Amino acid sequence: MKSRQPFILFGLLPALLLVLIFTYYPFLKGGIMAFQEYKLFDLRNVHFVGLQNFRDAFKDPKFLTALQNSAYWVFFSLVFQFLIGLTLALLMNKKFRGRGIYQGLVFYSWALSGFLIGMIWKWMFNSQIGVINDLLLKTGIIETRIGFLSDPKWAMISVIIANVWYGIAFFAIMLLAALQSVPSELYEAAEMDGASEARKLISVTLPYILPTIITTTLLRVIWIFNDPTIIYGMTNGGPAGSTHILSSLMLDKIIYAGDYGAASAIGVVMIVLLLLYTLFYLSVTKSEKMGDF
Amino acid sequence: MKTRLQFIGPFKVFFLALHLVIMVFPLYWILITSLKPQNEIFTYPLKYWPTNITFDNYINIFKISKFHVYIGNSLLVAISSALIVIVISVLSAYVLARFQFRGHRQIMLAFFATQMLPGFISLGPLYLMMTQLDLINSRIALVLMYTVGLIPFSTIILRGFFQRIPASLEEAAMIDGCSRLVALIRIIVPIMMPGIASTFIFAFVQNWNELFMAVMFIDHDLLKTMPVALNSLILKYDVDWGAMSAGTVLSVIPTVFLFAFAQRFIVEGLTQGAVKG
Repeated sequence: MKSRQPFILFGLLPALLLVLIFTYYPFLKGGIMAFQEYKLFDLRNVHFVGLQNFRDAFKDPKFLTALQNSAYWVFFSLVFQFLIGLTLALLMNKKFRGRGIYQGLVFYSWALSGFLIGMIWKWMFNSQIGVINDLLLKTGIIETRIGFLSDPKWAMISVIIANVWYGIAFFAIMLLAALQSVPSELYEAAEMDGASEARKLISVTLPYILPTIITTTLLRVIWIFNDPTIIYGMTNGGPAGSTHILSSLMLDKIIYAGDYGAASAIGVVMIVLLLLYTLFYLSVTKSEKMGDF
Repeated sequence: MKTRLQFIGPFKVFFLALHLVIMVFPLYWILITSLKPQNEIFTYPLKYWPTNITFDNYINIFKISKFHVYIGNSLLVAISSALIVIVISVLSAYVLARFQFRGHRQIMLAFFATQMLPGFISLGPLYLMMTQLDLINSRIALVLMYTVGLIPFSTIILRGFFQRIPASLEEAAMIDGCSRLVALIRIIVPIMMPGIASTFIFAFVQNWNELFMAVMFIDHDLLKTMPVALNSLILKYDVDWGAMSAGTVLSVIPTVFLFAFAQRFIVEGLTQGAVKG
């Protein structure tokens, strides 16, 4: 028993130190930068400016568009990913021939990078030689080509479609795993009471997998909100900033403008929004186990 | 039961088939684009079935860029980081699974919380740190960043696996005179191999795909990883879709295969973490 403490230290220290030094420290420093004038190409002129970066952000139409887009992006991505993922999981919960291969095929999108997915969809949505325009023309759904990625009206819808495509697999996998853990006795009991399929779904299945639904949707909202890679690969925020969400706009400020102050201000706004969302979500779902994922 | 199946049957089959087409089509499309000659890629009518298969695009991508170098860089960075991640996370996950101690909860929380931080807020400060450490244009920077990024998640997943192995196993070995570390390596790690392998694969796939850190920290052409190379291909040539699709196919092959293999275990670890806490 004496060997406990040194072993705990020995086991945890590398992980803990690395995470503290290279995740939390730069993260905090980034938070401070939000209150500074901090441009990569003008490092001699770094100084505190109070709330100036935030004022600039809220005056910037690009930021306001990104704020609104983030809401659309998260909401529609989540709703469709979840609904399609759940349906798929329910269907796949019954055994059928070739289920294993099927799973592999529909889940592979999870292994791709958002950037490549963005590239692939950009290619398919191409207004001149894109396959989606071609299919829609051939089936007579449209009569003239749509500039999916050049028309601001369509661009946001297009990136959301790509993102839905990407995220279905996550929900399907997680919910399928949860479904497979539902004890069959529960269904047997329900059947004895003469419950219909729909009844069983509502009274047995959904309540049982509710904890998984709560955790996965909480996590998913955060990830969707934070991850700009599909947008980066597909439109890079264009045309004219119409597909920027907060995280892609932040990335834009870092990579192209080197303006860490402005980028960090956007990051701080994102953290505040995420915190509000998480608190709201936890109070609504009254789930105390959340911190454990 | 039979009648019910007939009722659900057609809908189920239709939905599953439709979904399969939607999921597989994008990759199919990139694949056949990569196999078409240039003039078939950029002219109408579109061909949905390859007739003049050519590997020109694959040859081309090695001609217009040093693609083999990028593949090598990606492999080197992704594998070394994934290995380090495993060593560090196995230790931390084991400690967090087996011991209760002061600060246990806080450490778990600190690891969970990293998954929620908007990562790019630290990109600027990290760039400055790497400049100070003289690691800009060094693959060590990428290995370091990828490792750090993956430790919390891997720890959480591996902890779930450890919790399912009874502590009595290593305790028996320790009574026989093994130290805890030796017992962990000799007894527990072999039992954990499926979990460790899938965590390794997950880490590898993440590193293989990572773009933004690599864009920030690597500028030198010969040090670029594959995602960065594809990214700069777009910027430079206004997208040569033939070469681009060939590059995409090449970069996707290993991850899709590995992930298909590891997916079951990753889900197991994830749900274990989610349900059991």
